[in-house]
Amino acid sequence: METILNTNVEIKVGFKLNGLLYEKSIPANWTLLQLLRDGLGYYGTKCGCEIGECGACTVLLNGQAINSCLVLAPQIEGAEIWTIEGVADSINSLHPVQRIFIEYDAVHCGFCTPGMIMSTIALLLENSSPDENTIKTALAGNLCRCTGYVQIIEAVKKLSGIITEKDLEKFRYSE
Amino acid sequence: MILRCMKHDSKHKIVGSSVPRVDAFDKVSGRAKYAADYNAKGQLYGMVCYASHPHAKILNIDTGKAAKLPGVRAVLTHEDIPGEKSFGSVIPHQMALCSDKVRYSGDVVAIVAAESIEVAEQAIELIDVDYRQLDVVSDPKVALKDGAILIHDENNLCAYHKVRRGNIDEGFEKSDVILERDYSTSKIEHSYIEPEAVLAEPGENGGITITGSVQNLYSIRRAVARVLGLSLNRVRIIQATLGGSFGGKDETMSALCCRAGLLALATGKPVKMVNTREMSMRESYKRHSYQIHYKVGSTKCGILQAIESEIYADAGAYAAMSPFVTWRSAVHATGPYSIPNVKTDVYAAYTNNCYTGAMRGFGSPQICFAIESLIDELAEELNLDPLELRLKNILKDNSITATGQGLKHKVSLKEVLDNVTEKMGFVDKWKQNREQKRDTAFKRGIGISCSYRGISLGAEGTDAAGVIISIQTDGSVILSTGLIEMGQGAATTISMIVSEKLGITPDRIRFLSADTSRSPDSGPTVASRTTFMAGNAALRGCHELLERIKPVAAELLRCPEQDLLFENNSVYAPNKTSEGDRKIPFSELADKCFQKGISLFAHGWYKSPPTTWNEENGQGDAYFTYVYGANLAEVEVDCITGNVRVLKFISSHDPGQIVNLSGALGQVYGGVIMGIGYAMLENYAESEGNPLVANFDEYLLPTACDIPEIETTLIHNPDELGPLGAKSLGEPACEIAAPAIANAVFNATGMRIRHLPLTLERVKLGKELVRIDSRGSVKARGG
Repeated sequence: METILNTNVEIKVGFKLNGLLYEKSIPANWTLLQLLRDGLGYYGTKCGCEIGECGACTVLLNGQAINSCLVLAPQIEGAEIWTIEGVADSINSLHPVQRIFIEYDAVHCGFCTPGMIMSTIALLLENSSPDENTIKTALAGNLCRCTGYVQIIEAVKKLSGIITEKDLEKFRYSE
Repeated sequence: MILRCMKHDSKHKIVGSSVPRVDAFDKVSGRAKYAADYNAKGQLYGMVCYASHPHAKILNIDTGKAAKLPGVRAVLTHEDIPGEKSFGSVIPHQMALCSDKVRYSGDVVAIVAAESIEVAEQAIELIDVDYRQLDVVSDPKVALKDGAILIHDENNLCAYHKVRRGNIDEGFEKSDVILERDYSTSKIEHSYIEPEAVLAEPGENGGITITGSVQNLYSIRRAVARVLGLSLNRVRIIQATLGGSFGGKDETMSALCCRAGLLALATGKPVKMVNTREMSMRESYKRHSYQIHYKVGSTKCGILQAIESEIYADAGAYAAMSPFVTWRSAVHATGPYSIPNVKTDVYAAYTNNCYTGAMRGFGSPQICFAIESLIDELAEELNLDPLELRLKNILKDNSITATGQGLKHKVSLKEVLDNVTEKMGFVDKWKQNREQKRDTAFKRGIGISCSYRGISLGAEGTDAAGVIISIQTDGSVILSTGLIEMGQGAATTISMIVSEKLGITPDRIRFLSADTSRSPDSGPTVASRTTFMAGNAALRGCHELLERIKPVAAELLRCPEQDLLFENNSVYAPNKTSEGDRKIPFSELADKCFQKGISLFAHGWYKSPPTTWNEENGQGDAYFTYVYGANLAEVEVDCITGNVRVLKFISSHDPGQIVNLSGALGQVYGGVIMGIGYAMLENYAESEGNPLVANFDEYLLPTACDIPEIETTLIHNPDELGPLGAKSLGEPACEIAAPAIANAVFNATGMRIRHLPLTLERVKLGKELVRIDSRGSVKARGG
């Protein structure tokens, strides 16, 4: 009798996700995106293309925006990850980036939004006063089919120079 | 982002202002649940077995090995379908699972449900299908020739529409200048960032509940009921938060819902099916590629006399919405101009390419590109500037359209054209650009385009919608309609209209996502009809409720009903009662009504004004009203590489009455950028029925770096038919970007490009390069 196709070579990884420590046994062939969605139920991170083109799965990995579909889950041993679920401190206090996205109507269908917000945070971590071209370049890896990007860029521009270190410090990675 | 001449209509309290989207909180916090985020305990995973050839006879399907694979719970073919094997809103011939033959590479011959995706995928590999390959038909013109190999049982003509007005021969006789030109447009993938997904769960009473990324719930429900052999009330389709659609999640979702439903009923277990991007690209229908021939006649001084057109649309393997899409093309084929003599023939032909259907614009982006390019070419021939020629011929108040319809509303075409040209000094700039030195590396160009667009379904079919408004005893309100939120902002605009009428703030209104078992069948969320149709239905519901609650409020405030003012979650009669400005909270009024046994539930139903159509001559009042728009594009062409950079875009539209200002602007920005993708980047290329693009690495979309400065001017021109005067905006915003860019490129380079997209090679070499065999190898088409 044949056995079920065994893709379940498991591997143990320890990592920090949205400020909490995890230790999980996971299939060795999983991507970080699969770990987040299927393994941990963090469905806020979206799957759009699985080849690193659309940016819907963008998360912060050690303070940098990465496509979680292109990172193998075992690679995150010891890493610090932030997803959209960890951006707001609580349901009653959205993060300034989230608030400005609402205020500028930068959210239409919303599918690209978690990735856009993570890329925005990564940009602001690097440069808290980005100009328009810097913003465009930083968001060029996140495709959006609804907004035409205008309101997103305007929203991030509004935060430029206003965002405080306090708003960003929890995302900052220190080895 | 610049916005000009926005006249906020002080008549309204909320309508016309910018209101944050009612669904934005869930979307920025990651809480919004999209279809792929749904799971059920014990769910199985569904997978499809695609056709191995774009056109082939199926000789045998052997599922034996696949069924024996441990972890596989069901392998189904057409033989396992309890109902009809096919579905389709217009022509019900699209195969849920193919039986006799496959007609395009996205056709499905078998489906599998297994305990994991990996097992399902492995099982698909074990399915043996014997095919006898058939010749492939990939060109719609070839498909219509005598003796062409047939895709379906009858000939390959999917749809034909004509328009006849005046006498075309006389029109050309009266013309001093006659021009004939050919244009073509590429096939476009909707590219919603969310790939299709469903979760099908066997329901009670032998029914099925499907939660999915669905745009048009009721047509999908009809398909599922038909294929599963169930009555409509046993099929429940629930819309998950939709990650974009643009017309795209209709028939594709019907197919996916049917397949997941079949697997769920066969196994008795929930079945989840999620398309990868590659599956979505391969299988989902596209915007039609068109081949367009125009012949236009004009007097010396630029008065249009006649337009003759012959238009071929690639319907692909199945009809889907092609008959309606091409009908809209026929109505709009001569553009927003008064033309006494018209002969239009539009054909949609079956081929073995990916099938085509609804996509934002619905048969207009192709036409707009061609006719607006043609008008510029004619202007050149007549030695007129493009604006002058347009102004001599555009539709005005009381003009008669090509289909013989008199325009009874205020026609704002001149106004939108003025808006995009005046500030830029279009004509002067256009003339200056023509003086640029031939050897300049970077050349500037400027171009314009305009359109008129019939709103809603028009004479395509019955056009009606319902909105349920249910006031709760705390004064909050639940809205439910069959028209859906898909990112375009419908939840917010409908909430705002109700807010305006009932005097309650939008945060007190909850717009439910659609559910076929709870919301009224309101037809499809298409054709920029949602604000108009659901808005009007909501107004009727509000009116009904106010008729019931006003007497109670008047009694409480001891004042005549006509003095009542509903505002800011309260009701009062300013300076009219003995109690002065005493305000009663809306919550108190609602509770009082409930205590008195008054129904706080209303179903507003709205049927559109009549339209007419005569198939014989293509004459009639095709749509009950129209909207108008104009675009201006300024480009810089790199003459060394052929790269076109759009520097500036000015877009002016007449949406009647703006409901949500920031949402309206968002529609324009999104529409323009989608139009820029259409103009310069996007092409779902196929070769002999096989797609040449599989994912976003090859199918290129505009990114944040590709966007120009966009200036928007929205005209306030309330239409007596619209809810508070509102009409539509979503599609008009998208349809005229490409011709403005092509006209600007001509202004810069003197080179007319008649085929989309305006790739580097078309701009630089004047011809197309096509890929051969593998990545990286190209040859010039036609030599």
